[in-house]
Amino acid sequence: MARSITARRKTINTAIAWSIGLLIFFPILWTILTSFKSEADAIAFPPKFLFFDWTLENYAVVQERSDYTRYLWNSIIIAGLSTLIGVIIAIPAAWSMAFVPSRHTKDILLWMLSTKMLPAVGVLYPMYLIFIKLGLLDTRTGLVMVLMLINLPIIVWMLYTYFKEIPGEILEAARMDGASLPKEIIYVLTPMAVPGIASTLLLNFILAWNEAFWTLNLTAAKAAPLTAFIASYSSPEGLFYAKLSAASTMAIAPILIMGWFSQKQLVRGLTFGAVK
Amino acid sequence: MGQIELKKVTKRFGETEVIPPLDLVIGEGEFVVFVGPSGCGKSTLLRLIAGLEDITSGTIEIDGQDATAVGPAKRGLAMVFQSYALYPHMTVRKNIAFPLKMAGMDAAAINAKVTAAASVLNLTDYLDRRPGQLSGGQRQRVAIGRAIVREPSAFLFDEPLSNLDAALRVNMRLEITELHQTLKTTMIYVTHDQVEAMTMADKIVVLRAGNIEQVGSPLELYRTPRNTFVAGFIGSPKMNLIDGAEAAKHGVATIGIRPEHVTVSKDGGDWQGRVTVAEHLGSDTFLHVASDLGQMTVRVGGEMNVRHGDTIWMTPDMTHLHRFGADGLRTP
Amino acid sequence: MATKASRTAARMMMAPAVIVLLGWMLVPLIMTLWFSFRNYLPLRGGDLGFAGFDNYVRFITSSAFWPAVLATLTIVLGTLIITVVLGVLLALLLDQPMWGQGIVRILVIAPFFVMPTVSGLVWKNMFLDSVNGLFAHAARAIGVTPVEWIIEAPFFSIILITSWTWLPFATLILLTAIQSLDSEQLDAAEMDGAPKIKRFWYIIVPHMSRAITVVILIQTIFLLSVFAEIFVTTAGAFGSKTLTYLIYQRVLESQNIGLGSAGGVYAIILANIVAVFLMRIVGKNLDA
Repeated sequence: MARSITARRKTINTAIAWSIGLLIFFPILWTILTSFKSEADAIAFPPKFLFFDWTLENYAVVQERSDYTRYLWNSIIIAGLSTLIGVIIAIPAAWSMAFVPSRHTKDILLWMLSTKMLPAVGVLYPMYLIFIKLGLLDTRTGLVMVLMLINLPIIVWMLYTYFKEIPGEILEAARMDGASLPKEIIYVLTPMAVPGIASTLLLNFILAWNEAFWTLNLTAAKAAPLTAFIASYSSPEGLFYAKLSAASTMAIAPILIMGWFSQKQLVRGLTFGAVK
Repeated sequence: MGQIELKKVTKRFGETEVIPPLDLVIGEGEFVVFVGPSGCGKSTLLRLIAGLEDITSGTIEIDGQDATAVGPAKRGLAMVFQSYALYPHMTVRKNIAFPLKMAGMDAAAINAKVTAAASVLNLTDYLDRRPGQLSGGQRQRVAIGRAIVREPSAFLFDEPLSNLDAALRVNMRLEITELHQTLKTTMIYVTHDQVEAMTMADKIVVLRAGNIEQVGSPLELYRTPRNTFVAGFIGSPKMNLIDGAEAAKHGVATIGIRPEHVTVSKDGGDWQGRVTVAEHLGSDTFLHVASDLGQMTVRVGGEMNVRHGDTIWMTPDMTHLHRFGADGLRTP
Repeated sequence: MATKASRTAARMMMAPAVIVLLGWMLVPLIMTLWFSFRNYLPLRGGDLGFAGFDNYVRFITSSAFWPAVLATLTIVLGTLIITVVLGVLLALLLDQPMWGQGIVRILVIAPFFVMPTVSGLVWKNMFLDSVNGLFAHAARAIGVTPVEWIIEAPFFSIILITSWTWLPFATLILLTAIQSLDSEQLDAAEMDGAPKIKRFWYIIVPHMSRAITVVILIQTIFLLSVFAEIFVTTAGAFGSKTLTYLIYQRVLESQNIGLGSAGGVYAIILANIVAVFLMRIVGKNLDA
């Protein structure tokens, strides 16, 4: 860029952008701060920002009351496995769409995406019955399956757009070099698509982690992930700001930290591969 | 090993016939070049031989075996792609080793073969680099290396030099020709550049709209083009094709004379014209001339002192005059 | 690259994804259709037989139906407008040279990682609460009577929460789109004498149209089924009952499966209308 930017312009930009950034981030920051306050400080007027007695007590209370680690473990298993299985099913499908397109490819892709639009609540009771029949109610297996299915269209779509960027000639070269189809996918396509696959895994892990319809409605005590853990704090008797904040912080911290560390892949993933 | 025979091969994409019925025999050890303007079906033909596309009808035989239904991996052919199609996530060593690994060869044997191929292709120092760190010419050599380690019964080249700059292209042309002389394996080479075709081929196949216009050695095509299309396509600069009254004098619809078969004089000759552009190369001088017979190009060996606007006379060498009938075909 | 063998392989490789999604779509859908024609009350004797179109008529004539449709559209459209407009502005701002751009981006991205139950509860209690919420504190500080936002402005509250969640998403996609704009195009327009505002309208906005389409598509998919944000805040009270929530109450709270299923069919029809409309736009934009 040949445009010269004055230092003044840059300073103003910086000031505005930082203010807005902090404003958007503020609810999270406030939650984290409050989680270290005593209940009295949490609702003090005027609000206390940094000068209060820092305490870890809330975290101890929350862990004791709700067994955080069990929910955390459920979240990790459910989000992780559902995403992984989804990607394993989606890679061959996306390969087909990207490299052997037919007249129907686009229709199939749009149909898959449209299943995503079916309102979950419309099929809540049938799912409930199916889960009871199959003994899946309040099991991690059941939730892994459901979350895999609701995210599968997005996984296919994302992988499809990433695969389309890979030149077909390279796969043809592999074929000429004697690679069978599974080998072509394992040794050539997948390693080349690693950034795209990583973005897909990340984004869908987050979507599964934060999914809060099926996880609230198909689990009780055993398989409930963090979304349900936090919902248990919505009842008035459990409501203390500092404890709510501690529980909230515990629920979002893993994903927040993971998201920040993998920001680059994630931003790529957030665009769902549809914007370059 | 390495004889390929196409029998009544056709290819359609939906309603479009890309290759009408076509017969062709490629002999063992031959260097065959498919040449033609873009869209003539030469790359499609190569992909049909490779097995990357199905033929619509007909048969393809490799070494006497019907290979029509055999997948690309099993045909024993190696291909070098226009974009080189190197695996970007693998080192040069792994790229070259890939076909051997796919064939299930053991590690020691793979290593020996890769090392040998690398030394032939001057890639020894680059074996642990990735394709992204190589120059165009080096990438080209890796692609060739990947092809030769398999010891295929034939090599297929799809416009392999078109992504290189002019100087490198001349070098690689020589290297590929030398490679052919060393390996003596059948090579099929697709290009739109008739200079590549003329310099490299044992046999040239000129294609237009999926049809074979002529098959022959470079000099056969140069000396006796079968029709006006081949006449205009082979040779540089292009042959001058003249029709009308001047052709009628010779009893045909069109006559053709190559730029190098015309004698130029400032004093007198058969045809008069005015120089529109003179290109002085030192070794040759090319003159673009507006004459009564139309726009012509002539070549003068060495230097000649003419410039834009000069009037010159041109005399064709009658022994090198080509005659074509109204159907465009050569007449004796 | 299309030989018969590879096309056959392609069909086989697509099969698992297509089959599981087809099953996922059809089985519950057919069951919902079946229930919607039954008089099915699990707590009062279970399946009491065929009900004809009674459930459909009752659902659509109930006083809660149209307000629920309206509530759904209000939340979806409100959030879309806010996130797209603010997203464009924010993306333009973040595209400017500044110090610490990476950190600002991290700050802006963060709400996307927050699960809806958390964002709902945090906003409801710590910001919108009329006694201890920060908004109430702020109101008192300037001498205004605090508002019970959740009760008095339920749509504002919910849209605030959903917009906060989705603004990062819109901003990032639009920012990516802006950054992919060839700066030579802008230079050329400047040379052609186009002032800043015209460069924005005639070059940047058209360039972003595809990105905006994607934002609208993805957000609509997720917003149509907004649930947890309402579940933990208003629980459907104060006129904020969306179609999703209304059906949820029929099925789980009143245990009227027949009626709820009929509502589900309506919701599916509504979603399909939106889907067809969106797919048209996206289908055109999908040829990448």
